Amino acid sequence: MSGKGYVYKNEPLIFELSAPGRRAYSLPALDVPASDLAEVLPEDQLRREPAALPEVSEVDVVRHFTRLSQRNHGVDLGFYPLGSCTMKYNPKVNEVVANLDGFTGVHPLTPEELVQGALQLMYEMQGYLAEIGGVDEVSLQPAAGAHGEFTGVSIIRAYLEDRGEGHRYKIIIPDSAHGTNPATAVVAGCRTVEVKSDERGGVDLESLKAVVDEDVVCLMLTNPNTLGLFDENIREIADIVHKAGGLLYYDGANLNATMGYARPGDAGFDVVHFNLHKTFATPHGGGGPGSGPVGVKKELADYLPVPVVRKTGDRYFLDYSVPKTIGRVKSFHGNFGVVVKAYAYIRSMGPDGLKRVSEDAVLNANFLMRKLARDYHLTYDRICKHEFVVSGVRQKERYGVKTLDIAKRLLDYDFHAPTVYFPLIVPEALMVEPTETESRETLEAFAEAMAAIAREAAEDPDKVTGAPYTTFVKRLDEARAVRQPDVAFKGDLEEK
Amino acid sequence: MVHSPYLPNTEADRRAMLAELGLDSVEDLFRDIPEEVRFRGRLDLPPALSEPELLAHMKALAAKNADASQWVLFLGGGAYDHFIPSVVGHVIGRSEFYTAYTPYQAEVSQGVLQSIYEYQSLITRLTGMGVANASMYDGASAMAEAALIACAATRRKKVVVPMTVSPEYQETIRTYMAGQKIEVAVAPYDGETGTADLSELEKLVDGDTAAVLLQHPNYFGCLEDPDEVSRIAHGAGALFVVAVDPISLGVLKPPGEYGADIAVGEGQPLGNPLSFGGPHLGFFAATEKLIRRMPGRIAGVTVDKDGDRGFVLTFQTREQHIRREKATSNICTNEALNALAAAVYLTVMGREGLVEVAKLCLHKARYARERLSALPGFRTPFRAPFFKEFVVSGPRPLEDLNRSLAQRRMLVGPDLGRHYPELEGSFLVAVTEKRTRAEIDGLADGLGGLA
Repeated sequence: MSGKGYVYKNEPLIFELSAPGRRAYSLPALDVPASDLAEVLPEDQLRREPAALPEVSEVDVVRHFTRLSQRNHGVDLGFYPLGSCTMKYNPKVNEVVANLDGFTGVHPLTPEELVQGALQLMYEMQGYLAEIGGVDEVSLQPAAGAHGEFTGVSIIRAYLEDRGEGHRYKIIIPDSAHGTNPATAVVAGCRTVEVKSDERGGVDLESLKAVVDEDVVCLMLTNPNTLGLFDENIREIADIVHKAGGLLYYDGANLNATMGYARPGDAGFDVVHFNLHKTFATPHGGGGPGSGPVGVKKELADYLPVPVVRKTGDRYFLDYSVPKTIGRVKSFHGNFGVVVKAYAYIRSMGPDGLKRVSEDAVLNANFLMRKLARDYHLTYDRICKHEFVVSGVRQKERYGVKTLDIAKRLLDYDFHAPTVYFPLIVPEALMVEPTETESRETLEAFAEAMAAIAREAAEDPDKVTGAPYTTFVKRLDEARAVRQPDVAFKGDLEEK
Repeated sequence: MVHSPYLPNTEADRRAMLAELGLDSVEDLFRDIPEEVRFRGRLDLPPALSEPELLAHMKALAAKNADASQWVLFLGGGAYDHFIPSVVGHVIGRSEFYTAYTPYQAEVSQGVLQSIYEYQSLITRLTGMGVANASMYDGASAMAEAALIACAATRRKKVVVPMTVSPEYQETIRTYMAGQKIEVAVAPYDGETGTADLSELEKLVDGDTAAVLLQHPNYFGCLEDPDEVSRIAHGAGALFVVAVDPISLGVLKPPGEYGADIAVGEGQPLGNPLSFGGPHLGFFAATEKLIRRMPGRIAGVTVDKDGDRGFVLTFQTREQHIRREKATSNICTNEALNALAAAVYLTVMGREGLVEVAKLCLHKARYARERLSALPGFRTPFRAPFFKEFVVSGPRPLEDLNRSLAQRRMLVGPDLGRHYPELEGSFLVAVTEKRTRAEIDGLADGLGGLA
C-alpha cells in the first residue's frame, strides 16, 4: 500500500478519507446572544441530522485536490487541440488582475457611484466587442455561448413578434452546426430545419432556397464553420434569408479566425454572440465559467436583456429602461469576473495584436493541416481558417483502427486529442484547432505523433486499439456508467 | 510590428511555415473571404498595453469600486459576503484545473471528473436529493431550466410562482418560458408574514400546472412553508421546485425531506466571491427518477479495462452535443470551476462546520434585526421566522441611508421599491458569519441618527 504508484493510481474519494472529529475550518466564536434553534425556527423545519459531509483536516483537503489536479490535462501542461473550443494559452496577468479585491469583492447591488470602475470596464468592453463584431450594441449578461444563443434567438423572436411576425417558428441550421444551435432553437420554442452542406463545405444554396419561407425566424451560422471553412457565399446567404424576412444569427465560437479580417456585422449578421472563454483567452475552468455576450444591430437594440451599462457625462450607470427588453437571462450583470480577464486580454493585444492572433491561428492550422493530410484523409482540400477536419476513415477501413482509438493513442504521446466524431457530416472526424499560442515546434511534434500513430495503425493496429497505456486509468467503460448508474456517493462515513 | 508574449511564432517561423505552404504572405490565407465582406480598416481599439501598464490600469479601475475587503457589506438580495477559506482559492488556482476544458477525454481528465462526482455527491447530501448535475449558470437560470424540465415531464404548460421568489429569478423564468409560451402565474404574498399567500397560490394551481416554484428562505429572507407547498403541488400532479440557500441547509430541513422534485439554488455562498454578480453557479438536484430529464453534465463512476475505478461523463444522450434538437437543455459550458470551489468549501466546512456557519448567520441576523427594529423610525414589517436576511422599512430613502452609512464604509440593501411598489422605503439587510457584533452595533448607530 505504499509507493507513489498506488497513491496516484487510486486516489480515494474525499468521503473515504473522512474520520469523525477532524476539521479543516476555523470560525470565530459567536459574539451575540444565542437562543435555542427550536425557539427561533419552527421545529418541523429544522434539520434533524447534519448533512453527511466529510470530516477531514486541512492537509487532507489540500493533498486530495492537489492529487486530483495532477490527474488532469490542461493548457498549462501541453497542447490541447480540441476543435471549436479554442484552447489557447490563458495569460497569467489576467488571472492576477481579475483577482484584485476591487473586482472579486464587489457586491452586484452596490450603489452605482461606488462601482464606477467596474461599470467603466463593462461599458468599454461592450464597445470593444461591438467594434470587433461590427455590431451596434452589446449585452454582457449571458454566461456562456449557448446562453448567448438563447438570448439572441429570444431577441429575434421578440423583434419579429413586435412586427406582427410572431407566427414564424423555423430556425434553419446547417448540418455542420454545433449541437447547441438546434438545442437552443427548441428551448426558445422554435423548430429546426436542417440544410445540407455543399461539396466545398459551405451552406448549399439550393437547399437553403428550398427551405426558406415566410415561417423562418433566422438562420444560425458559424463562420468559419465547424469544418474550419469560411463560407464564401455569406452575402448571398444573408440576402436569401433577409429577403424572406428572417434574420441572421452568428455563432461566435470561431471568431478567433477572423479578427481584423472580417466582422460578422459587416457580412449581414444581425445578432452575434462572442465566446470570451475562446477568442479572448479566459480559461475554460474544467468546463466553465465562460461568458457569452450578445451583440446586435441597431434595430434590435431595444430588445437586449437588462441592464445595459451606459454613460452620461462622466458617470456610468446600469440602464434598466431598455424599452422592449426580453427581460433577464440570469441574475445580475453577467459573468463579470470572466469579462475582466477578456477585457485585460483585449487591452494587452490592441487592434494589431488581435489581427495577428487570427493570422497566427490560421497559419498554424494550415501548416498542421498540410502535415496531417499526408497520413489522414482530408475531406475538404482548400485553405482552412483556425481549424480543420481530417478523417480516420482510411485507418478504419484498412486496419480496423477507429478515430476513437487514434484519440486515445494520442494521450500516450502526451497530447490531448482533437474533438472527435464532430462535425457529424465527416465520418471518423478529427477536428483540430491548434490556436495561435502554439509554436512551430509544438505543431511539428504533434504532426510527428499523428504520423507515428498512422504507422502503428498499419503495422500494429492492436497497439492503437488498446490505448491508452500511460494514463492514470486505462480505457474507461462508458456503457457501464449508464447501465449501473452511480452518480453520487451513497456510502456511509466512518462513524464515531 | 506586434510583440506579444502569447504569440510564440517569430517572423522567421512564419516565413518558414508560409514557404512550406507555398505561400508568399499570410494575406494569402484570407483569400477565401470575399472582398465585399472583408474588413479593410483597423479595429478602433486602444493600443496594446505592456504588462506593467495593464496592471496599473486595472488597479486604477479596481480602486474605484467599494469592495468587501474595505467595506462592511450588509448587502443581500441573492449574493452574499460569506467567508471563503484560504484553501478554496489555493485549489481552484491550480492551473491543471482551471486551464482544462469539459472532460471529453476521460483518461486524461480524471481530476476534473472525480471532483465533479464529489461535488454532485456533496450537493445530494446537502439537499437530501437523489442526483445532482455538474452545475448551471446561476440560481436563477437553474430555476428557469427546472421549470422547463417540469413542463416536459408533465406535458403541461403553466408554472405557478409566488411573488416572494427573487424578482431577478422571476424575470429570468419569464424570459425562459416566453419562447415555449408557458404561462407564468404569480401568487401574491401575505403582507403580515412576508411569505407566499398559500390560499391564493392554491387557487392558481390546476390541472395545467407543471410546477410550483418556491424560494425558501424567500427573497425577503423569510421561511416559507415548503411542506404545505409540496402538498399543493403534488395534489394537482405538478412538480415541486424549490430554490434554497445552501448555507441555510446547515440548520434547515433539506428539500428531499419535504418532497421537492427538483432542488436548485445559488451556490455563490459556497466559497465563491461576489465578483459583481458572476461567475457564480447554480446547483441542480432532483429525484432519481428525473435523471434522464436533467440538464447539463453528469459525472459517474465506471471501471477501466483493468477493472480499476474511474470516472466518465454519463447519460450524455440527454445532451445537446449528442441529441441536438431533442436535448433536455441547450447548456454546454457550465460553471465547473465555481462548482469545484463549492466542493472544496463544503469539504473544508464538513459536517460540523456548515452547521456552525449557519448558526452564526442566524444568530447574528437575529441580533441585527433586534437592534434595527428598536431604532426610532425603523420597522421590520414581516413577522415570519427568517434565516440570515430580513426586511427593514426606514424613515428615508435607501439612497440617503447608504450615503450616510458610506461614511462608516457600510452598506445595506438592495431597495425593494423597484420590484415591490408597496414596499417603497423598505430594503434588505443580510448578515453573514463575517459580520461582528461591533459592525452590527456600528450599523445600528449609523442608522440610529437618521430618523
